[in-house]
Amino acid sequence: MDSAVQTINNLTIGFTSQKGKQISILKNISTTIKKGETVGIVGESGSGKSTLALAMMGYVKHGLYTISGECLFHSNNLLEMKNKDLENIRGRKIAMIPQNAGQSLTPNLKIGYQIDEALKLHTDLKKEERDKKISELLNKVRLPSPEIMAQRYPHELSGGQQQRVAVAMALAGNPELLLLDEPTTGLDVTTQAHVLELLNFIAKDTGTSMVYVSHDLGAIAQVSDRVIVMYSGEIVLDGPVRSILKNPIHPYTFGLLKSIPKLTSPGLPDSMSGSQPQPGTIKTGCSFYERCNFAEDNCKNNSPNLEYIDDLNTSVRCFKYKELINVKETNLDTVKSINNDVLQNEILDISKVSISYAKQKFIDQLLNKIDDSNPTVQDINININKGETLALVGESGSGKSTILKSIAGLLKTKDGMIKFDKDKVLSNDLKTRDPGFLRAIQLIFQNPDESLNPNHTVEEIVSQPLRLYFGLKGDELKQKIVEVLEKVRLGEFYLTRYPRQLSGGEKQRVAVARAFAAKPDIILCDEVTSALDVSVQAAVLNLLQELKEDFGTTYIFVSHDLAVVRAISDRVAVLYQGRLCEIGPSKNVYQLPSHPYTEVLLGAVLEPDPDVKPKLVAEDIVEEKPPEQGCSFQGRCPRILGDICKNEVPPWQIGENGNSIRCHIKVEDLKKQQNIN
Amino acid sequence: MTLEKEQKKNNLDKIFEVIKTMASKPSGLIGLSILLFHVILAITSPLYVPYDYKAIDPSLMLQAPSSEYWFGTDSLGRDVFTRTILGGRTALTVTFFGSLIALLWGGSLGIFCGLVGGKIDEVVMRIIDAFLSIPWILAMLLIVSLLGTTTLVLIPALGFFYGKGIVRVARAATHDVIAKDFIVSARARGHSNLSIIWNEILPNVRDAIMVEGAMRWSWMLLGFSSLSFLGFGVSPPTPDWGLMISNARGLMSFAYWAVLAPIFGLSSLIIGINLTADAFAKALGIDRSTKAPV
Repeated sequence: MDSAVQTINNLTIGFTSQKGKQISILKNISTTIKKGETVGIVGESGSGKSTLALAMMGYVKHGLYTISGECLFHSNNLLEMKNKDLENIRGRKIAMIPQNAGQSLTPNLKIGYQIDEALKLHTDLKKEERDKKISELLNKVRLPSPEIMAQRYPHELSGGQQQRVAVAMALAGNPELLLLDEPTTGLDVTTQAHVLELLNFIAKDTGTSMVYVSHDLGAIAQVSDRVIVMYSGEIVLDGPVRSILKNPIHPYTFGLLKSIPKLTSPGLPDSMSGSQPQPGTIKTGCSFYERCNFAEDNCKNNSPNLEYIDDLNTSVRCFKYKELINVKETNLDTVKSINNDVLQNEILDISKVSISYAKQKFIDQLLNKIDDSNPTVQDINININKGETLALVGESGSGKSTILKSIAGLLKTKDGMIKFDKDKVLSNDLKTRDPGFLRAIQLIFQNPDESLNPNHTVEEIVSQPLRLYFGLKGDELKQKIVEVLEKVRLGEFYLTRYPRQLSGGEKQRVAVARAFAAKPDIILCDEVTSALDVSVQAAVLNLLQELKEDFGTTYIFVSHDLAVVRAISDRVAVLYQGRLCEIGPSKNVYQLPSHPYTEVLLGAVLEPDPDVKPKLVAEDIVEEKPPEQGCSFQGRCPRILGDICKNEVPPWQIGENGNSIRCHIKVEDLKKQQNIN
Repeated sequence: MTLEKEQKKNNLDKIFEVIKTMASKPSGLIGLSILLFHVILAITSPLYVPYDYKAIDPSLMLQAPSSEYWFGTDSLGRDVFTRTILGGRTALTVTFFGSLIALLWGGSLGIFCGLVGGKIDEVVMRIIDAFLSIPWILAMLLIVSLLGTTTLVLIPALGFFYGKGIVRVARAATHDVIAKDFIVSARARGHSNLSIIWNEILPNVRDAIMVEGAMRWSWMLLGFSSLSFLGFGVSPPTPDWGLMISNARGLMSFAYWAVLAPIFGLSSLIIGINLTADAFAKALGIDRSTKAPV
């Protein structure tokens, strides 16, 4: 027998509903984790992937229970073990790295103390040995100057560093199996790439088996040897990473891969229709039947078994997988190219805008003046044409959302002005801004759970702008609401629903409907797809594009996801620390030569392809504040020239492809450097 | 069916649903039954009381409970049973309307403070803190002795003193939702503050405020009875539990029934309201055990 670390046999976990019905969350899961293997578990939210990962530690969430099956660690069934015995396994043999390290570290204990605690619990080392071990562990996760780091509190570290500390704590007990639950979700692209690289290194270095749970196929591709795809509580595909991602033989994975926007192919990805069934709704047939493009009658009535295919070393749960084996890889790249007619007709002119979060002194407050020599956002000049999609990209703290808020009037600008429709200056203050301009600029937020009032029906939500701006009432209002909902592909039937009764994608559609109900000229989209599942993300992007073609709306699209931006935008502005680095047509910005920061960002993008590795050019340092003078990117720039970058604000230069780059390095030199490396 | 009707039906359904959930647990069912019993008793008791509550008869002084006088008689020869079933009427009315007033002013001020924040919020909350530091019973005694003990004085005075706590709860609940994007979105659309309070905030804080109000009701009942006990509540001969306990307590050693009956009435009502409020909170999904009352 292969040295299996963990074997799961026919595991079914579920709960009893209020009506006394037994509902399964995980259905008949069987798999084996071998020694030294990294297994990626992918699935959309609600697919049961986290429940499975927790079961691997012998933990079942409150309210759930094991219906059948077992979860063997070596030969002990974790799910039947007593808590006391589990204590010897958890942390020592199996360790877990949670999603948000910032929340899982105790805020008022020093890093060193917290690692020491883990060591005390899980090893028998003496005090001096433990001290040595702490430095060793911090070194291993590549934190600079471990002795100083151990004396810090969690809030003094950046998100990436906190995640590294979590990895160090998990490694404290020398575990045989490491469970990672979305460990890089929520981190910046560059940080994410660095953490993944570290995990890869640790897997090789220590020979620890890893289970990597994520919804992000890009991250999974980088770390896993084997991938398990989950759908609605079942394993639908299980096999080597290359065969799964390059030639997916289950229609769900096939569709999922098609719906991911990629840097290499411009245009919008295909979307998958429908959404995952809720637990307890499926009676007979394949759980993917409703959304499957390959389905036939047989699939409706009989549910397929997980079938092992020898040639591919892959298990698949589908009757029709043979058809998919022959589908060529190239077919994956059928993306719709978008073609926007952008007229040179300026609708918004942002000139010399600076925004400061600095607290006003009392006197300044009276004089209504902001005194801050180093504002969060400085010197932003962007013109936006009618019908254009402009994207603002950058990592967290780059000021992209701040700019969006000040366009919406939610934040006062310190300097500069924003002009709408050529000559109408937008007031700095929401209260004095003309209602017509408020209507003309609408916002869509990142998380529809937060942006829709949970106590309002869809009808009430969409009626807000219609009543406010157009004074509609009664039947006319109802008719208009239905009309708007139909535009976003939601029927009349949704009117009486509450947000909690809708899926993530449906909620975001309602938010889109609310924005469009105001008949706006400009829609500000703040990370509108980042809270959504991949298949839903593609559908929302497609919807936004169609609406834009119908109404000629202008979008300002904020995102940290460069692939999404590539798919939807006409023009891209790259921001670092509230300063513009580069701006230009998106196809040009995505080509080298470009600003060193754009280069770093592009290098860190994770493609769902195990053969495309991210290029890590710069250190993942996180800067708290923009530098007082000189180039904003000087602290992290891999191509820094010297004092000139530290003292002088770089000039704008026209790049080779018609994009504007703000850098001291000449475009020709950039080209040389970036091509050589 | 038109959509409006459907929505009204939905709202009614929701209320029934909440009551059904409350009654599904034994504690909720007991609480609801006790409360309902007291309310019905308060409304209908004048129709069937066996004796006149103010009829004094020295020959019947301090009789033990018998088939004729179920709960015995008090020191003035009045029937204790009659006075007990009538004794909750004033208390229930005064505290019910008092709680309503407390809910209204406490809720609106709390939401307002939570919404506007900044200096105004700071100043108002410090004033509330200052009021919280004054022993309410002293302040009440002062008000009552200056303005008299009519219900028209008692209701607003009690409403004011018990609304202070609600201000804090409403403000905290508002703070929970104020940073959410749907409020930001309403602001960016240009809705007025009043419209934001009414449409966006109120539906989200209503439950918390109502539960708090229900809890305050039972506290206010205790407070009102204390006032009566001290002689500052209703004036005799109106039957009132607090007053009855006060009058009969000196004779407790040999006429325990005259004290026991009103105590039983008062405590059962308070337990009933408390259990109901708890079940109400649970049915609305608010766990009071994790949030200590302020």
